[in-house]
Amino acid sequence: MWNLIHEHLNDLVAVALFVIGFGDLLFQKNMIKKIIGLNIMDTAVYLLLASQGYIEGRKAPIVVDGVRDAAAYINPIPSGLVLTGIVVSVSVTALLLSLTIRMYRKYHSLDLDYCLMMARHEDKVNG
Amino acid sequence: MKSQKMKKGKPGIRNTVSQNATGILPGKLEGRLQSVYRIVAAVMIVLMFVLLATAMLGMPEIGDKNNPDNNEVARRYIENGLDETGAVNIVSGMILDYRAFDTFGESCVLFVATICVTIMLRIDGRGGAGDDEETESSKKAFGIRESAFAKLDNRNYEPENDTILRKSALIVFPIIMVFGVYVILNGHISPGGGFSGGAILGAGFVLFLSAFGFNKTERFMNANTVRIITLVALLVYCLSKCYSFFTGANHLESGIPLGTPGAILSSGLILVLNICVGMVVACTMYSFYALVRRGRI
Amino acid sequence: MEFIRNFPFFSIMLCMFCAIICSVLRRKAAQYFTLAVLFTVMILSGALLYNTYNDGGSFVYYMGHFPAPWGNEIRGGCLEAIFALFISTVAFLSVLAGGKAIEYDIEDKKENLFFILVCLMTSSLLAMCYTNDLFTGYVFIEINTIAGCGLIMVRQLGKSIVTAVRYMVISMLGSGLFLIGVTLLYTLTGHLLMSNIQESVKELISTGDYGMQLTIVIGLMTVGLAIKAGLFPFHLWIPDAYGQSNVISSSLLSSTVSKGYIFLLIKIYFRTLGLEAIEKSGVLNVCFALGIVAMIMGSVLALNEKSFRRMIAFSSIAQIGYIFMGIGIGTKEAVTAAIFHIFAHGLTKSLLFISSSEFTEGSHSKSIDDLKSLGYKYRYSALCYSIGAFSIVGFPLLGGFISKLLLGGAAIGHGPMQWIALLALAVSTILNAVYFLRTVVYLFIPKEHLEDSNKSATLGDHDRDAEHVENNETEKSEKLLLLPGMHCPRYVIGITALVLLNFLLGLCSGPIIDIIEQGLEVFE
Repeated sequence: MWNLIHEHLNDLVAVALFVIGFGDLLFQKNMIKKIIGLNIMDTAVYLLLASQGYIEGRKAPIVVDGVRDAAAYINPIPSGLVLTGIVVSVSVTALLLSLTIRMYRKYHSLDLDYCLMMARHEDKVNG
Repeated sequence: MKSQKMKKGKPGIRNTVSQNATGILPGKLEGRLQSVYRIVAAVMIVLMFVLLATAMLGMPEIGDKNNPDNNEVARRYIENGLDETGAVNIVSGMILDYRAFDTFGESCVLFVATICVTIMLRIDGRGGAGDDEETESSKKAFGIRESAFAKLDNRNYEPENDTILRKSALIVFPIIMVFGVYVILNGHISPGGGFSGGAILGAGFVLFLSAFGFNKTERFMNANTVRIITLVALLVYCLSKCYSFFTGANHLESGIPLGTPGAILSSGLILVLNICVGMVVACTMYSFYALVRRGRI
Repeated sequence: MEFIRNFPFFSIMLCMFCAIICSVLRRKAAQYFTLAVLFTVMILSGALLYNTYNDGGSFVYYMGHFPAPWGNEIRGGCLEAIFALFISTVAFLSVLAGGKAIEYDIEDKKENLFFILVCLMTSSLLAMCYTNDLFTGYVFIEINTIAGCGLIMVRQLGKSIVTAVRYMVISMLGSGLFLIGVTLLYTLTGHLLMSNIQESVKELISTGDYGMQLTIVIGLMTVGLAIKAGLFPFHLWIPDAYGQSNVISSSLLSSTVSKGYIFLLIKIYFRTLGLEAIEKSGVLNVCFALGIVAMIMGSVLALNEKSFRRMIAFSSIAQIGYIFMGIGIGTKEAVTAAIFHIFAHGLTKSLLFISSSEFTEGSHSKSIDDLKSLGYKYRYSALCYSIGAFSIVGFPLLGGFISKLLLGGAAIGHGPMQWIALLALAVSTILNAVYFLRTVVYLFIPKEHLEDSNKSATLGDHDRDAEHVENNETEKSEKLLLLPGMHCPRYVIGITALVLLNFLLGLCSGPIIDIIEQGLEVFE
């Protein structure tokens, strides 16, 4: 059992991080903390992705000294996917932060539930 | 226990607001729903952890060279990548040539996020995104002292002359710029590329902005330059990729020389694409910062 | 034929190109450019549909110089073509009909940005529809999500911002789950291309390895996409998002964005993982059960809703339930019915959202109670709205009737499932009828008050009013407050086209079903 866990340590850490981020997203009321949770979640997925491409004892896939043997380098695909994922995460974070700024300017609160309630109330007042 | 902690952690402003607005808060039902939600969420999280962890333990072992993902796809990228794309950095070659459509989508993600942030934060003439009036009225309604927001609301507020920041920025800024350009231009022969280099350039601009203020930065980075650079870079990206997709799919020769692997001027379109992506990313980073700071690029 | 294979690529890239150009155009120019591009995409998709249907096959198209498992690839068949035609038609007609009205919802200088979002959303939907690669699917899901968020928040009211935040948070949960699913599937099979994954999954099933992992992968992907599509337990963001946004946004969000995710899910089920793996995992039963619950609960919630546009949004939840029920039954006929329902619901919902906006904007009220006798004031919109409502309820001659008929027919012969499905269909239809016909009846309650009749007398009928608005500068601002850009020829054309398409779906369902069936046959 211990051996199995040791073999899959990266996977397990990734899952733990993902669940922590998920919990953050569900439990925290503060928007900034929610966004941090989201980022933790994304990071967990990148850890998972990156460790799928790793092969023990091999190097990063940049051709050095003309060595072009597949046995010399790790799998380049997950690295590329992680790059894409990071850009997506940056964009989403920026967008969420800008939304949070506007929400804070309007309701002076970072609490999503509270802002929602205020918005509904406002809606009722305006008909 | 968790909920108690959170109640303590609430910022002061929020407390005053909720006291003022107690009329709207439905009391008991809300509390009960909250606790039900918490329990359900906690159970869901634990369940998810157990499920995913068990699944992971049965997955192929990490680092094993016989895993299913180390198949002919990865082999061709490594063995033929240099000949087919001309890029020494195989990851660059993969994302900008083999799987270029994904990467084009990725640039579009950045583009659409910039557009959304601009819609949210740019202030055009009649208040709009700034909601200065809105802030005023809500301040009065919530009875919050003006001084708390006065500094934050002043959009043209610039920090006072900070000698340490200025002197160090003078030294560091050129180095950051050169390094950023280096990373972009060497994207196909070493680790790096458009995204990382662009982020470095963007960070350099942000540093310059916070050290010297908007007036000086606007001489070389303003809304017009940002818009034109983004437009040109994205258009070049879009058109060159269209050309390469079109020729590829119709089995035509693309006629773009790949050059000698390892030289700066090599690997065909990858260099051009890296430069375009770098410019877009640098402008995006700068405009995110400028929009958050003062609502204008 | 050879050249026509370029059309999917052309339509995706044309939309992207339009989005990039729109960033420097002025508001009017951006709108007309978008309309032109969407119309071109419509024509391209139509031509592709004609060709693939006559040809009877499907083709793959390299995105780059490298063949399948190495490069990216898109795939065209008649199912993809008809879905692309559906998306571009709805997008074109929504922009055409609502283009005037949104001028009052969006800041002047930001209107071109709105059309960038529309273009990027359309292109991402097209890419999701044509893609043959899971990771490309993921990237374009993200574009779609962010563009969708932009569409919700573009009105910049306090509520739309809060709604956008909620939508974003919930959607990002879905994306995270979906990406983990893709990662695990990649680890198990070593491929990202749909057809290669299918081969590997078949092999895995025959050897019996990784059974539990495959189930979890399927579960993660399903939950991820279901969250984004707004299936019942994940529907919380829908009513606010649809009810709060402007005309074009709500019509696009309800009829195309959520459908894109469902189409991708169908693609993953039947093209990527294969029917065998799906049936083994039992996920279809979950889809079926959630679909049934969504059908009933969506209708019940809509029945209790006081706000008019939110009511229509809740009915969307029920309709998504119908689609998932069809997928959940899992047979060819049922999936055909589900896809037909995607079209029927998409065309009807956009019609409902666009035509209903006139009542809510015109009467300055969101409540259903205030709809009374508005039908005499806005005759044409009320007529079109009623046709849409009849279609959703399942009135013969209209699209909704055929899709319900198909769903019911597909359910028969599946043991205990059929009774549940038929019962749910019946209950949901009755509830639909109650809440939609209530609004229709309200609209046509005879005028009781003198005030009402006075108002409608000054407003007069359609064409005269349109002239009025254009000619009279002084009265313009006053009138526009009352009727924000509704009475113009393009609104009438757009909404009429949507009505006609609804009749087309109802009257000429045969060829469309044929196309869907043929498309599903060449799917695997």
